[in-house]
Amino acid sequence: MISGHLLSAADLSKEQALNLLATAKELAQITDGPNKKLPTLRGKTIVNLFFEDSTRTRISFETAAKRLSADVINFSAKGSSVSKGESLKDTAQTLQAMGADAVVIRHGSSGAAKRLADTQWIQAAVINAGDGTHEHPTQALLDAFTIKQHLRPDSKDLSGIKVLIVGDILHSRVARSNILLLTKLGAEITLVAPPTLLPVGVSDWPVKVSYDFDSEISKCDVVMMLRIQLERMADSFFPSAQEYSRRYGLNSARLSKLAKNAIVMHPGPMNRGLEISAESADDLKSVIIDQVKNGVAVRMAVLYELLGGAPLGDSK
Amino acid sequence: MGILLSGADIDRAIKRISHEILEHNQGINNLVLMGIPTRGAYLADRIAAFIGEIEGAVAVGVLDITLHRDDLRLRPPKPLLPTKLPPGGIEGKDLVLVDDVLFSGRTIRAALDAIGELGRPKSVQLAVLVDRGHRQLPIRADYVGKNIPTSINESVKVHLSEYDEEDLVELIK
Repeated sequence: MISGHLLSAADLSKEQALNLLATAKELAQITDGPNKKLPTLRGKTIVNLFFEDSTRTRISFETAAKRLSADVINFSAKGSSVSKGESLKDTAQTLQAMGADAVVIRHGSSGAAKRLADTQWIQAAVINAGDGTHEHPTQALLDAFTIKQHLRPDSKDLSGIKVLIVGDILHSRVARSNILLLTKLGAEITLVAPPTLLPVGVSDWPVKVSYDFDSEISKCDVVMMLRIQLERMADSFFPSAQEYSRRYGLNSARLSKLAKNAIVMHPGPMNRGLEISAESADDLKSVIIDQVKNGVAVRMAVLYELLGGAPLGDSK
Repeated sequence: MGILLSGADIDRAIKRISHEILEHNQGINNLVLMGIPTRGAYLADRIAAFIGEIEGAVAVGVLDITLHRDDLRLRPPKPLLPTKLPPGGIEGKDLVLVDDVLFSGRTIRAALDAIGELGRPKSVQLAVLVDRGHRQLPIRADYVGKNIPTSINESVKVHLSEYDEEDLVELIK
């Protein structure tokens, strides 16, 4: 069980992560039934504090919270006093005064969630839903859940699964959280990207690195395509979109080289035609929709473990 | 510490409960069993196995009640245990809940809520190996292995060989 906050995939032990996945599996099964709503978090207030745009993650957290009967307050920076210059501290203290039990925060600055958790601005549990180019732990959990569901339903962990993460590693919080979590669960990761989109110091990460997508694609069980994050790219990292797409995009030709049981993943939102072709995204090997569905169950598990009871060590 | 039921006692109680369930429901036609984990699930399996010997196969499921507990906010969260619907579901069935010890009745209240999430059985009955009294809710068992008057400070511990070392029910003071 986890307690306190969920800020980084690195905070989770292997056992805690596997526990969360098992809990998520049970919750997914229950919410597949005729009655999707559980009374577990009745009376709790969860704030979605989104300083960056998001469709999937915000709706997913909102759905997860509502299925556990929590009250949800959605806050987006646009249309709030943040656009008048209010600081994170003042926003947090406002939420504290309103009695939030958990804050799900997405922020453009790396470390924003940790800042919120480490200060005394707010007593609520803090869940990192993406901070800058740093981490996105619930995305890693739902990816691990999806991989396990499709490729290792009956084994304990993800030992021996070969995962290819392709694209903009430099700006990707999804890649960082996935590398931390999936290697902990036993998967072997290879990164494929142009050298300009790999971070400095990648040689110290527990991964292999390749610049050649075509030679790697036939050897993997999972190919995880990352979005080209145009909003974070002030400089030019590759000559043109067409060239990137030709060398690092997932198209039909590459798709046909995949192993028979391999799966295609993408954290969304997709740039169809850039990093992934429309045929690849809609192919039978694509589990992108499953990722979205599993996101709700995984986030329910996280909310349940963080808010479902008294703090650890506080029992009578 | 004292031994309340031996392995043989447990065996006899399970067989009698099985017969009573069949008698009351006039056979296995509309019957499903659901055990409450951990030990209630094993008891449900044993009852189903014995019913299988004398009348025929009966559907068995497992019902985790963790998310419906009314003391959730008083304790640290617990890991969820599996819930398995019996083959054929519970809609319109005569459902027998199985647990090891009946005490405050709060587990059973939570179980009734959890059943509501899964469907609407025709009837819900309760079978327990031990009823130790001290109810805090208006709940009673239909089938009881043994009624054991206890003091509120004592606790009753059921051991089953599937999960523990041996079959035994003991009183811990």
